[in-house]
Amino acid sequence: MSTSPTTPAVHQLPEEHYLNSTYGLRSWLLTTDHKRIALLYLASVTFFFFIGGIFATMIRIHLLTPNGYLVTPETYNKLFTMHGVAMIFFFLIPSIPAVLGNFLVPLMIGAKDLAFPKINLLSWYIYLVGGCFVLYSFATGGLDTGWTFYTPLSSVYSNSAVTPAVIGIFINGFSSILTGLNFVVTIHTMRAPGMTWFRLPLFVWAQYATSIIFILGTPVIAITLLLVGLERMFHLGFFNPALGGDPILFQHLFWFYSHPAVYIMILPAMGVISEIIPTFTRKPIFGYTFIAASSIAIAVIGFFVWAHHMFLTGESTYAALAFSLLSYLVAIPSAVKVFNWTSTLYRGSISYDTPLLYSLGFIGLFLIGGLTGLFLACLGLDIHIHDTYFVVAHFHYIMVGGAVMGYVGGLHFWWPKITGKLYPEFLARMAAVILFVGFNLTFFPQFILGYLGMPRRYHNYPPEFQVLNVMSTAGASILALGYLLPMLYLTWSMRYGKVAGPNPWPATGLEWRTPSPPPTENFDVTPVVDWEAYDFKNRPDLGLTQPSGPALSPAHGDD
Amino acid sequence: MSEHIVSPKIYLGIFAALMILTATTVYAATVDLNEHFPGLNVIVALVIATCKAILVILFFMHAYYSSKRTKLIIFSGFFWLAIMLALTLSDYGSRTWDLH
Ligand code: HEM
Ligand SMILES: [Cu+2]
Repeated sequence: MSTSPTTPAVHQLPEEHYLNSTYGLRSWLLTTDHKRIALLYLASVTFFFFIGGIFATMIRIHLLTPNGYLVTPETYNKLFTMHGVAMIFFFLIPSIPAVLGNFLVPLMIGAKDLAFPKINLLSWYIYLVGGCFVLYSFATGGLDTGWTFYTPLSSVYSNSAVTPAVIGIFINGFSSILTGLNFVVTIHTMRAPGMTWFRLPLFVWAQYATSIIFILGTPVIAITLLLVGLERMFHLGFFNPALGGDPILFQHLFWFYSHPAVYIMILPAMGVISEIIPTFTRKPIFGYTFIAASSIAIAVIGFFVWAHHMFLTGESTYAALAFSLLSYLVAIPSAVKVFNWTSTLYRGSISYDTPLLYSLGFIGLFLIGGLTGLFLACLGLDIHIHDTYFVVAHFHYIMVGGAVMGYVGGLHFWWPKITGKLYPEFLARMAAVILFVGFNLTFFPQFILGYLGMPRRYHNYPPEFQVLNVMSTAGASILALGYLLPMLYLTWSMRYGKVAGPNPWPATGLEWRTPSPPPTENFDVTPVVDWEAYDFKNRPDLGLTQPSGPALSPAHGDD
Repeated sequence: MSEHIVSPKIYLGIFAALMILTATTVYAATVDLNEHFPGLNVIVALVIATCKAILVILFFMHAYYSSKRTKLIIFSGFFWLAIMLALTLSDYGSRTWDLH
């Protein structure tokens, strides 16, 4: 652990670590080790990413021509619905918290595991059960309500398999709640000596903020969808006017969770970026307290803006005015983060390694996504662009350009810790650039399409929109390549990659002070923290302050 | 975080209180209070129900004996519920037309 990274050290894997301490299927399926559970989640969210990706591919192929030759209009409705449900509820929401958060939160605060290891395993099984219900719905009739399940379509008119889907999402909600609960208790009670709140890595702050939303928001969506199921099965009148219900009430309840849920997706990614940027600029992050506080602010204010999704439903004009204003407010803490990241880059000693490329991509794409959110929150403009491709482009810039970039960047950043191996840097940089290009080619044309008036969720369009749609589909193929590459070389590196050593970048967090891969107990001795977060200066153990020797650069899998 | 042992007396006392409040609810439902103030019947029923819920949370669920942090968490749950109700009703309450 003490080898200085300035001398190109030859590292060896630790003899025993969490991956090889026990063997066999049982040792994985019954594990309570947060690191193994993280890998179980990694496999399952990747599976759903594939499922969602297949639907997306079919959507884009269908939209190559104005009259869409690939599927029938009914099937088209199912494709975009199942794409959204798989990606949002089963990939993006659990991705960073349940994979990276699970793996890292205990390591980052110097704990041996999460506070409730068995509940952690339980949350994965709950996720699987929920996932099975949803897959069952996909396989037996599909789902055509849109991921938003608007009533009375979902509760009365739809002929698709709505009931198993809402039951699946109801069940899956408990997996989120348990993960959030576990993180909150862990962060409150299990920090190592010296790890004060304001020495916590910003990733942990982000997970904490996300957990608040998990705990306070998820019950609402779970119950709301259950009510849809009850109305559908037993004709209880909640949302159907014919039964004395109110369809707009559904939208209120749905968005009360689902707007905060978009912050469930983006906050953890912001946490990842806040870890990567100081590491590859060799500078303490600018405005630590502001970034930490802005995570909490986003989590809280995020609960006050939901009706900006309902401006055109006939909601009260006065309420719409207030919600519009509040939506502008939520942009402030987001901007605080962007300014602090760019200030950290300023005059930093930057090395353009793969994780940093993802972070730079994140900043740019999140910026576009966030700013177009402000367009949409503008009452007048939203009349024109509501339910058009402009909205689709807006949220894909944030969810794919932001959250998925953060997730993939984070996977690269912590891959050496998770597997003990380095990935091939050149390929990885290529993939990052391909993703960035493919992403913009896919989604930028959609802003224009939407502004020109192409509605979302339609299976055909006027011929004059074809060029932009073809561009978008072409971009999607590049994007697909960009996702396949990391899957291939990351898997390859698990076996053939160069051994990483405990701290290849080097980075300052506690997780880098233990071998890679870490032992089952995380640390041989409980660490004591006597440095501030992201302090490179007072950390001789990082080997950065050596007077002589070649300029230190991060270790790569292919130098 | 030690368990607090609550004496059976308190449990029985709370139980009795809940029963009395239930009886009150039933009785109040038979009296026409709306005569004095429209909606008063519902208000009375809800106030009693809230009292009962508070008793259950404080004593049966041990919130009364819990740390400040636990109380804060319980409180925020209800506070968030209040946000949801208040902002949703702000829509219904301020619509400029009337559809009756
Ligand atoms: C800067 C803050 C943001 C603002 C002001 C904002 C504003 C809006 C508005 C007003 C809409 C409704 C558009 C319409 O339907 O006419 C919308 C839709 C959407 N936004 Fe954002 N947004 C912001 C950030 C985000 C983030 C961070 C995400 C995701 C991580 C996100 C995801 C979405 C999604 C998924 C929809 C579409 C939902 C649907 O109808 O299917 N937004 N946004
Ligand atoms: Cu929103």
